[in-house]
Amino acid sequence: MSTVKLTVNGRAVSVDVEDRTLLVHLLRENLNLTGTHVGCDTSQCGACVVHVDGRAVKSCTMLAGQAAGSNVTTIEGLAKGDELHPMQAAFRDNHGLQCGYCTPGMIMSAVDIVHRHGGKLDEETVRHELEGNICRCTGYHNIVKAVLDAAGRMQVSQAAE
Amino acid sequence: MYETNYHRASSVADAAATFAKGSESKFLAGGQTLLPVMKQRLASPSDVVDLSKLQELIGIDVSGDTVTIKAATAHYDVSQSDAVRKAIPALAHLASMIGDPAVRYRGTIGGSLANNDPAADYPAAVLALGATVKTNKRSISADDFFKGLFTTALEDGEIITAVSFPVPAKAGYAKMRHPASRFALTGVFVAQTKSGDIRVAATGASQSGVMRVPAIEQALKANWSAGALDNVTISASGLLADIHGTADYRANLVKVMGQRAVAGAG
Repeated sequence: MSTVKLTVNGRAVSVDVEDRTLLVHLLRENLNLTGTHVGCDTSQCGACVVHVDGRAVKSCTMLAGQAAGSNVTTIEGLAKGDELHPMQAAFRDNHGLQCGYCTPGMIMSAVDIVHRHGGKLDEETVRHELEGNICRCTGYHNIVKAVLDAAGRMQVSQAAE
Repeated sequence: MYETNYHRASSVADAAATFAKGSESKFLAGGQTLLPVMKQRLASPSDVVDLSKLQELIGIDVSGDTVTIKAATAHYDVSQSDAVRKAIPALAHLASMIGDPAVRYRGTIGGSLANNDPAADYPAAVLALGATVKTNKRSISADDFFKGLFTTALEDGEIITAVSFPVPAKAGYAKMRHPASRFALTGVFVAQTKSGDIRVAATGASQSGVMRVPAIEQALKANWSAGALDNVTISASGLLADIHGTADYRANLVKVMGQRAVAGAG
């Protein structure tokens, strides 16, 4: 057992876990942040994507101890109170989900894609960069639409700040 | 995953000392291969020694005709490095095609080389460019480093600290990506050194891991063009055959990827 100290969604936490604990299990089982999902558990599907120090990574392929001292953002940390993050709002408005299982990982990856590409984002880039996130319902069409929509909204909200 | 003890190293020397104390230690960098293997219970190290936060192992340096990438530098950072893109664009291109974006944020060049997966990308670049693998004990030339499937010249407890690539006159990399795993079904790296040598390496093709391709090297030596490979025949003997492709298919891929690599070389 080790004590892992990290910041999750802006809150400093200290958790005692076995050394073999994966970050996704620390989030789900110790912190009850069950928005982050375990899909394939083989780092293919992307349902477990969270941001660690600003980078979208697969939390099923990282030991909790590796995140010690890091700043972690999960899907629960995106909205400001009742106001959805522009990416969340765009997924809702564009019907970018059906069963919703992949959605938290999709949104976390998509936010990272927009951060990296900003206003230069096009459909081809979105489709290419979402390859680490698998959706079995939508056929991706509305997910891609949502990401492009959100990219515009995020530019606008950045400009307003 | 079986139980293990996690250690975050404070320096390369500390990592080596901690490694030596464990009964069956493993070094952990990005963990994009080791952790899946541990989760499948195919590996059960008593101790994992984390190198990924060591600042002395992170960074890219270009000086003169050498690009040095420190071992714990993530694929994403190599792919985005202006210095690498300028000096060896094929290397930045290769890094941009490993796995998916989330994997590229975590995976490292040192981890890829130490693991030496027969379908990994970096071994092709290291072998074709004639790079030097630097460890906490010595320097190992690419020609001496790769020893077959998942096997390298590294001794137990030896740590890769950096890889030095001589800047080539021209180089290119092309791969047929497996659509699910994104590993190379076959990938070919072609390089023309500044002294005029031609070195070509293929990954994902051979049963013995990354390999030089003498037939393509000879054809390119005579004429550096994709068309020069039209009449080259690659033997299927010793090539991988699995559910994804026969040995004959991979033999053809070595040639076709070689042609694409030359066509895209910069």
